[in-house]
Amino acid sequence: MSVLVIAEHNNSTLSQVTASVITAASQLDSDIHVLVAGAECDAVANSAASLTGVSRVLSADHAAYAHQLPEAVAPLVRDIAADYSAVLAAAGTTGKNLMPRVAALLGVGQLSDIIGVESADTFIRPVYAGNALATVRSNDPVKVITVRTSAFEATGSDGSAALEKLDTVIEQDKSQFVSENLTTSSRPELASASIVVSGGRGLGSAENFQILESIADKLGAAIGASRAAVDAGFVGNDLQVGQTGKVVAPDLYIAVGISGAIQHLAGMKDSKVIVAINNDADAPIFQLADYGLVADLFQVLPEMENLL
Amino acid sequence: MKILVAVKRVVDANVKVRVAADNSAVDLGNVKMAMNPFCEIAVEEAVRLKEQGVADEVVALTIGEEKSQEQLRTAMALGADRAIWVEQAGNTEPLAVARLLKAIVEKETPDLVILGKQSIDGDNNQVGQMLAALCDMPQGTFAFDLAIENGRAQVSREIDGGEQVVSLALPAVVTTDLRLNEPRYAKLPDIMKAKKKPLEHLTPAELGVEVTSSQTVLAVNEPAARKAGILVSSTEELVDRLRNEARVIS
Repeated sequence: MSVLVIAEHNNSTLSQVTASVITAASQLDSDIHVLVAGAECDAVANSAASLTGVSRVLSADHAAYAHQLPEAVAPLVRDIAADYSAVLAAAGTTGKNLMPRVAALLGVGQLSDIIGVESADTFIRPVYAGNALATVRSNDPVKVITVRTSAFEATGSDGSAALEKLDTVIEQDKSQFVSENLTTSSRPELASASIVVSGGRGLGSAENFQILESIADKLGAAIGASRAAVDAGFVGNDLQVGQTGKVVAPDLYIAVGISGAIQHLAGMKDSKVIVAINNDADAPIFQLADYGLVADLFQVLPEMENLL
Repeated sequence: MKILVAVKRVVDANVKVRVAADNSAVDLGNVKMAMNPFCEIAVEEAVRLKEQGVADEVVALTIGEEKSQEQLRTAMALGADRAIWVEQAGNTEPLAVARLLKAIVEKETPDLVILGKQSIDGDNNQVGQMLAALCDMPQGTFAFDLAIENGRAQVSREIDGGEQVVSLALPAVVTTDLRLNEPRYAKLPDIMKAKKKPLEHLTPAELGVEVTSSQTVLAVNEPAARKAGILVSSTEELVDRLRNEARVIS
């Protein structure tokens, strides 16, 4: 049976993470449909149609879906789910907000944050902050799944799917969108960047994060942060890497002034190469790092910037 | 206004768990347990709303085995007025938990249900959303700010790209994120008083809910170990190795 992927998007652009969800979906079935629920989102539907492996894009384009409120989108997905053996979304805040609601409406369980597909009904997912990996078999008739996209390669972009408009409009007013404040950056998206430079409490101030920014610029990297740095107000919450923030697995993760609490490691320990710069030789991060430098970050960073 | 706060007993956040030798589960023998950190934040938020005069009753609730009552006493020491223990031992899946919570919601008719966004054992992040769906309530997940005005809950949410604010008609379900508040510590006099606060015991049968499961854990494994790393002695050496050995920078 076909599988359905819920596109991750902001009405104008399809997020790169959707391409990784397609890869996960392809391990379940070769016939993949994508649902784009939004408002004035033709560009997104067209991008989705060009992803390799997608055969059909369903577009639910209406003001009611403008902010993808789960109270409107979940019933929409429920209404079309009967045709699919699985429904998948990226395990970002949109997918996590939506999919359990979909599952409950369908009367089935949900599998969060899968990192591997063993078969059409068996999946691997991290538990206890990724300190254990559970192999779980779902006995539900429809599998409702969120995908940890850092664990799946992005699919290609040589697809040419058919586009179909859905007329169903679910209007509701129990939940109303009030406002949004999104950070704009010309840097790569943290969730899919190949290099991440991440700062912790050791940076000491929001100003000092600018030193990280110049290094990130030279490397074409995204900026990340530990919870401590976000709590202290050095950077916004959208940069938080960790068990309950973003989970990343870049080719290179440079942790600066980050001690390496269990909860932070959960968000970056699958990075290919990990570098730690910290003046505390006992910091737990050194047990994880491929390259560790016990030194004062305020000395190292300017040196590093000169060498890059 | 009545607030229902659901809490969960989990492994303490500082414990690094190990997998059992037979790979059947995580080894919880002699492991320190505590209230899930996000649930502590939920209790704190409910108690603050009561202190502000917005709510007049805070009811704490847990689904779990006998020892889970400790977390209910903690919730009452922190300010909950009374508690409900739904006895259900073993691993209860999120949908089953949501169905049990729904039965309590129908019984108690709260105006607001506050839960932690996820429990740090399963890391599922599902129960709040499922409960909202089953009760046909709006949901405000990953809340970092909550304001109750004119019969609606204004929830500021942490989302991938930044922040979002939604307005929810009551009754509603809110799940807490890290920065919603900083929970207080229970004071000894309150801990003593909490022992006398009402704790109601219920079973799924009494609630008319059949607890079912649709997922089977086939195995639990440790993640692959990383190769041991090295310490470098200078910035030059670091950049050199990244460039020429690891080849991750140009």
